Amino acid sequence: MSDSMRSVLAFGIMALLLVAVGVIQSWSLSLTILNLCIISAVMSLGVNIQWGFAGLFNAGIMGFAALGGVTAVILSVSPVGAAWSAGGFGIVGAFFVVLAAVAGVIMVQRYFHDQSRSRLLITTAFLLFAFIIYRMVLDPAVEAIEAVEPAKTGFLGGFGLPIVLSWGVAAFVAAGVAWIIGKIALGLRSDYLAIATLGISEIIVSVLKNEDWLTRGVKNVNGLPRPVPYEIDIQESEFYRDIATSIGIPIVDLSSIIVKLSYTCLFLIVLVIVFLLAERAVRSPWGRMMRAIRDNEVSSSAMGKNITARHLQVFVLGSAVIGIAGAMLTTLDGQFTPGSYQPLRFTFLIWIMVIVGGSGNNLGSILGGFVVWFIWIEAEPIGQQVMNLITSNMADGSAIKAQLVESASHIRLIMMGVILLLVLRFRPQGMLPESRSQ
Amino acid sequence: MEFLNAMAILANYVIVPGLAYGSQLALGALGVTLVYGVLRFSNFAHGETMSMGAMFAILFLWLFKSMGVSIAPLPTVLLALVPAIICAAVYILITDRVVYRFYRIQKAVPTILVVVSTGIMFVTNGLIRFVIGPDDRSIGDGARFVMKAREFKNWTGLDVGIAIKTSQVITVITAVVLVVALFWFLEKTKTGKSMRAYADNENLALLSGIDPEKVVRITWLLVAVLATVAGTLYGLDKSYKPFTFLQLLLPIFASAIIGGIGSPLGAIVGGFIVAFSEILITFAFKGFFTRLVPDDFAPEGLVQLLSTDYKFAVSFAILVIVLIIMPTGIFKGRTL
Repeated sequence: MSDSMRSVLAFGIMALLLVAVGVIQSWSLSLTILNLCIISAVMSLGVNIQWGFAGLFNAGIMGFAALGGVTAVILSVSPVGAAWSAGGFGIVGAFFVVLAAVAGVIMVQRYFHDQSRSRLLITTAFLLFAFIIYRMVLDPAVEAIEAVEPAKTGFLGGFGLPIVLSWGVAAFVAAGVAWIIGKIALGLRSDYLAIATLGISEIIVSVLKNEDWLTRGVKNVNGLPRPVPYEIDIQESEFYRDIATSIGIPIVDLSSIIVKLSYTCLFLIVLVIVFLLAERAVRSPWGRMMRAIRDNEVSSSAMGKNITARHLQVFVLGSAVIGIAGAMLTTLDGQFTPGSYQPLRFTFLIWIMVIVGGSGNNLGSILGGFVVWFIWIEAEPIGQQVMNLITSNMADGSAIKAQLVESASHIRLIMMGVILLLVLRFRPQGMLPESRSQ
Repeated sequence: MEFLNAMAILANYVIVPGLAYGSQLALGALGVTLVYGVLRFSNFAHGETMSMGAMFAILFLWLFKSMGVSIAPLPTVLLALVPAIICAAVYILITDRVVYRFYRIQKAVPTILVVVSTGIMFVTNGLIRFVIGPDDRSIGDGARFVMKAREFKNWTGLDVGIAIKTSQVITVITAVVLVVALFWFLEKTKTGKSMRAYADNENLALLSGIDPEKVVRITWLLVAVLATVAGTLYGLDKSYKPFTFLQLLLPIFASAIIGGIGSPLGAIVGGFIVAFSEILITFAFKGFFTRLVPDDFAPEGLVQLLSTDYKFAVSFAILVIVLIIMPTGIFKGRTL
């Protein structure tokens, strides 16, 4: 079977599954799954750029997704004037302290060329000093900001711009942070990158959870502005009422389907753009160079390729794509909940998508995103059904039955692990393998 | 007197908890380092292995409790450790036979093994949640304190107390016993020496007639012991929650890498470095300084460098600093 046949077949089956959910469960649910499938696909495209093209193990996907999410919040919510006048000055001041500290450290590094002990001591002392000043400037400002109507705002708010803009900005934010991380971690041994990124993603999420002045922390930001119409407006419009009566479904269902479809269209546009760019990249001389580096670093280095610089480049690009997906996710949710960022869901699940779909193949990553997200969501109801079937013969009061039924929702973790292990063992190239023709 | 009071504050809030936490991290990092040294990959599933071991200990604890077995004043869970270690070892050996062995024979690159270990992590995590659920479990029984704060105050006449929990004493003693036993095993026994030889130079060890599968089995057995004990002690000291172990992975890896991954001594030193830095950087020094300096100079704020929410950030920051300054860790080049 040719590669393109295989892709068409796989995506056809996937579409049939989504239609089946629509028929059996509900169309609204089917669209919800589809929307998250598309976001997952964008995310796994980002990871594929890093892992599939360049063989970089990024275990910090969660952090970049969260950065995308917070960008969506900061760009879209309206500014809180009272908070700005209460503590805006201090926040800006603290920002300049950070800038000065960075400049100072760079100057110290320039002044002492050697790796001497005195350079280390001076850097440490300087950083400690800068940190104390920073806290002295920041702390009162934070306190003032968080005191402004803590139940409603208690944070600086944002820029009040259309939320769709944040998808592009998120790419730059994630790319910027990835550049800093890459500068530190990419020079190290390859398996340290995984641990470094794992750590940094935890730090990013804990900052978002605790810096209430910026993100409201665990109090969450609800009711983000939407790029698509609200259900209530659709329900009140004469035009849609007529459509609803003519096709014979309740207006409430129709409005929710229209909203979800609008999201689907927006997300599809992003997915197609990212996919086309990634395909372009992988087929270009640059893509060939990346594969050469991935497959043999020593020989590529001998050919005069700068491995660390190329790795940094691809790490930044991939992270930018993950940032976009993170912003899309927050847009879809309409709220930002830092507590919901879990590494199992946001880092390792995406990994499974890329590997199951086919590392190195962009279409494969998209397919992986669809299939794995579908299983992740549908495992719970199916697991529940299976458990009910298994336990149907047992006595109603038995502890084992209660335990089995109650634990059915945890089965999806086991299932995901087993799928990953099976694919790695029996089909390491994934569902749609990387084409080796060129 | 004030000086002694200040020292008592430090002992109560920094030294005692730091020693206990450091021991737990050291045991965890030893497991990571053994896998890295012998099997040559970073085992992302190690946190879940610890969790699995602790879960078995809790199950046996419940069994013993229902049978009325108790070793008061010691917590019964210590007795449950023995069967728990056996169960954890069986589980790990099964994962090795079914999963890891295939890649060992293939001589797969380490990154693939890291991905494989995340697969194991998922399965283990799911199994744990399936069996014991995601809830918080308290596993301590017997005497809670070796020394209560009030007793210490009465005994010394200081106005600051030092409280020492039974779990903290047990943690430190168990860790010391286990580490001594491990080093004796690695240095003195023939099996231990063959393990070190294999870790040092695989091909040379094979030429000398060392059975690689046996070395791997022994390594996993040691990992099972270390992980079960570390997980159970952590659960005994704090409380057992399945999801905390994924978060523990970071300080554990930080400990192992800071000490120089592959070096057991480094793992122990790294564990204590990480534990004490986490506690010191998130500790509010207000009470300490208030007692040391004259009243006029007493600090107004908490004198806390970072809020406790950033505990995990600290271990990571140290990791980054160490990696930049000495990329191979403190005990570089010394393997098992």
